[in-house]
Amino acid sequence: MRFRISLLLLVMAGLVVAFVPLPVPAIAPQERTFELDAGQFAYSPSEFHVSPGDTVNIHLTSTDVVHGLYVDDYDVSIEADPGQSATLTFVADKPGSFRFRCNVTCGAMHPFMIGKLTVGTNNWLYRSIGLAALAVLGVMVSRKQKA
Amino acid sequence: MAKIELTRIPFIKNALKSRYPQLAVFIVMLIGYIFAILAGLIGTPVGSHNFSIVFVWIAWWAILILVAVPFFGRGWCAVCPIPLPGEWLQRGAVLSPPDKRPKWLNLRVPKMFRNIWLQNISFLLLALFSSVLLTTPNITGIVLAAMLFAAIGLSTVFERRAFCRYLCPVGGFIGLYSQTAPIELRIKDKQVCVTCEGKPCYNGSQAGYGCPWDVFPGGLTKNTYCGLCMECIRTCPHDNIAVNLRPFSADLAKPSTRMDEAFKAFIMLGSAIIYAGVLLGPWGAFKDAAYNVGSGAWFIYAAAFLAIIFVVLPSLFTLGILNTKNTLSLKQRFASLSTALIPLGLMFWVAFSLSFVLTNASYIIAALSDPLGLGWDLFGTANATWQPMLTSMLAPAQTLALVGGLIWSARTAQKAAGEVKVSPIPVIVYCFIATSLMLWLLL
Repeated sequence: MRFRISLLLLVMAGLVVAFVPLPVPAIAPQERTFELDAGQFAYSPSEFHVSPGDTVNIHLTSTDVVHGLYVDDYDVSIEADPGQSATLTFVADKPGSFRFRCNVTCGAMHPFMIGKLTVGTNNWLYRSIGLAALAVLGVMVSRKQKA
Repeated sequence: MAKIELTRIPFIKNALKSRYPQLAVFIVMLIGYIFAILAGLIGTPVGSHNFSIVFVWIAWWAILILVAVPFFGRGWCAVCPIPLPGEWLQRGAVLSPPDKRPKWLNLRVPKMFRNIWLQNISFLLLALFSSVLLTTPNITGIVLAAMLFAAIGLSTVFERRAFCRYLCPVGGFIGLYSQTAPIELRIKDKQVCVTCEGKPCYNGSQAGYGCPWDVFPGGLTKNTYCGLCMECIRTCPHDNIAVNLRPFSADLAKPSTRMDEAFKAFIMLGSAIIYAGVLLGPWGAFKDAAYNVGSGAWFIYAAAFLAIIFVVLPSLFTLGILNTKNTLSLKQRFASLSTALIPLGLMFWVAFSLSFVLTNASYIIAALSDPLGLGWDLFGTANATWQPMLTSMLAPAQTLALVGGLIWSARTAQKAAGEVKVSPIPVIVYCFIATSLMLWLLL
């Protein structure tokens, strides 16, 4: 009986950790502009942060061959010819961490030309680590109670 | 959950006992393998449009790590085409009953090599060059051809499948992770094997060949070295071999005490972490270092790769278990407790592969129509555009895999620690830290 109650509590705690809405700091949306260089096989800078609701302008400049930039989940993309720039504008209305990647075959390591955009806080990471901690706790508790 | 004997179902038993269904799959696989070699050597140098890269490192890898290994263990080895030409040459036959006279040298593999250290080394060799191997068709073609010729060469010198058992870089980790699979080949009644004359399952008979994997089925207690070739089902005169459905990770209840297997677990765990950072991370300098083989940066990368696998991860693990004292030596505790890293490593690879496969799977559609990148359009899909698949599901799926792997490992640690009578907590904490690191790298 105690085991079932503990299990139920852990499952409920897991659901809270995974899905409970977290307070979002009230920051007025801004227009943010980033200058990104794309060269085989990296972006510079390769990571950038914006706040939820920001309008993001990415000026992508290719320093060697044709490169692209595709943002996962946002499903928006852009291409830049060698030595040229192109601009991608979108509203960062989905919070979390997103990979952006080259969407034009640009050489051998093309599939791994990846950058990272974080919108607000990467809550999913913290939730996942919380779930991992709960999982460990659950395994230990279940073992103790069985013993 | 009790075991369910699948070979009680006549259709399954007949399909496994007959050589023809397996031969049909073998031939298709061999044709695909040879085509992958040719595509690598003569096709376009653009990896994402070449059959060798797209079908080996995206399609095959996805099937292997997401389906075949977790659910069928060594199921891939059962249909792998690499040993076939060598085995046919060694036997002097494709299907006909064995001739007792050896056709070639038929030597026994020296005792010092009868472990998986060579497989650990061969995997690491490929791993160090993986950025080039995964992206350059002609290198993939050369490596695939080298594996085929190595298997042929070893078949003419040594008995049985020496390549599969002792050298194959893929077979090593499939064997390790096959212990977690819900499928096993085992004997039904040990007494039948004890009294069996001639041991045809190991020595061969007119019904079939002796175990190509150099395993006596009567002694099988784990999946690691059984290649599921089904030869013993054909040769057993007492119908004493069964293929069973069983609970996941049944083999891990009895932890291994071998250091070669323990280090295999660290190699696989460490490689998954390193690849997640280098290949899927946003750090261009790491990618440059990994790709520019022979450069100073590459040597630093290679040294760091080996140091993480052979020094950092094992040292931290050892530090953790140092105070879990009992009558067993530290070495024995290290080997036994590292069993907990097997499910963790498998799920790390699943999480890593999900990301790599889902974002690149759309290349398969284009490569189907134009496998060599020569401008063909066989099925009208050659111009299919690249589009990542299910990216919104990726993070939850990776969390599920990694947290699930952690739970699985923690349970395995408890069992292994129970066997060697020490506390599992240091190992569970180690697994938690490794999982948190992997979550940070992937999410």
